[in-house]
Amino acid sequence: MIWELDFIILTLVIFSGIAAITVQDLLSAAILFGAYSFMMCLLWAIMGAVDVAFTEATVGAGVSTVFFVAAVFHTTRNSKD
Amino acid sequence: MRIIGLLIVIAFGSLLRYGVFFFPEWGDPASPPSLHVSPHYIEEAITETAVPNLVTAVLADYRGYDTMFETTVIFAAGLACFMLLRVLQRQVPECRLYRHIPTGITLRIEKGGKLPTESGSFERIDSNWVPHDLIIKSTSRFITPFLQIFALYVIAHGHHSPGGGFQGGVILGAAVIMYAISYDLRRSIQRIGEQATAVLGSSGVLIYAGTGALCMVLGAAFLDYGALAGLLGVDPVMARSHGILIVEIGVGIAVSAVMVWIYYNLSSAGRHDEGL
Repeated sequence: MIWELDFIILTLVIFSGIAAITVQDLLSAAILFGAYSFMMCLLWAIMGAVDVAFTEATVGAGVSTVFFVAAVFHTTRNSKD
Repeated sequence: MRIIGLLIVIAFGSLLRYGVFFFPEWGDPASPPSLHVSPHYIEEAITETAVPNLVTAVLADYRGYDTMFETTVIFAAGLACFMLLRVLQRQVPECRLYRHIPTGITLRIEKGGKLPTESGSFERIDSNWVPHDLIIKSTSRFITPFLQIFALYVIAHGHHSPGGGFQGGVILGAAVIMYAISYDLRRSIQRIGEQATAVLGSSGVLIYAGTGALCMVLGAAFLDYGALAGLLGVDPVMARSHGILIVEIGVGIAVSAVMVWIYYNLSSAGRHDEGL
């Protein structure tokens, strides 16, 4: 476990997590959530949990981002109320 | 109101942080979970199940009951998307767009207009994605077979390397989703229909539960694959390894079909006509 690498990835996890819930645009939030999942996947791989990292990469960063984008596709840019 | 919310969040956050101080060190061999069950799995799994990948042995054999209900949860998620989103009555859209393939001219046909006959020279296109996308189509066509073979490898090779039914199933479903994104939703539904995804999703769960029930019929406990030794013609240890493979195939079928099913309902808002 490399200390510097761990620190950089953890910082990126926290920043992309905060950015995903504060950003106004829903599409950006979906993409940031995918980035968050990918950073988490790297963390699992660093900790040696390769099976969990694989699941996180396929489900978290891959398919769920597609689902979010597909759902955002059916929203409008401005809320009606 | 925001300040009260912030205070509650800070209070709970510091409570959680306080709780973390009592956790054992990361990878501590003297921590409670490393003392009771883990040594048994680490020392005995290879002799009891003949599966080199410990995670697969724990996931599909020792904790097989958990994994069965995880698969059921995924199937239930697909069913919930279907129940909430699917629009069953057929609505005629406001206008339809057709592209004349030899010339590239786009036809716009209003409601009630006469549709072009189904010939090779017209293709229907989505109203919000009009341009030709030759590079995307060719790339997805090129990648899809490799993606599907890799997915089957991940499912079949879960005994020896990271992977298994969940990951392989998701990759297999992602190949179909990529086809639906790069071409269009209607063409993908023609290949793998909605009924096929629903039937495959439920049959995957049925394969898992059926394997467990078969073990019960043969006189062992639910999901004790050692009982399948007589049917498979191998010794009980190898039978546990083969039982894990059967179960992983069931999980892979269920997960891939449900991913495609959720995508169909989500991307077209339940109309299965025009999608992402």
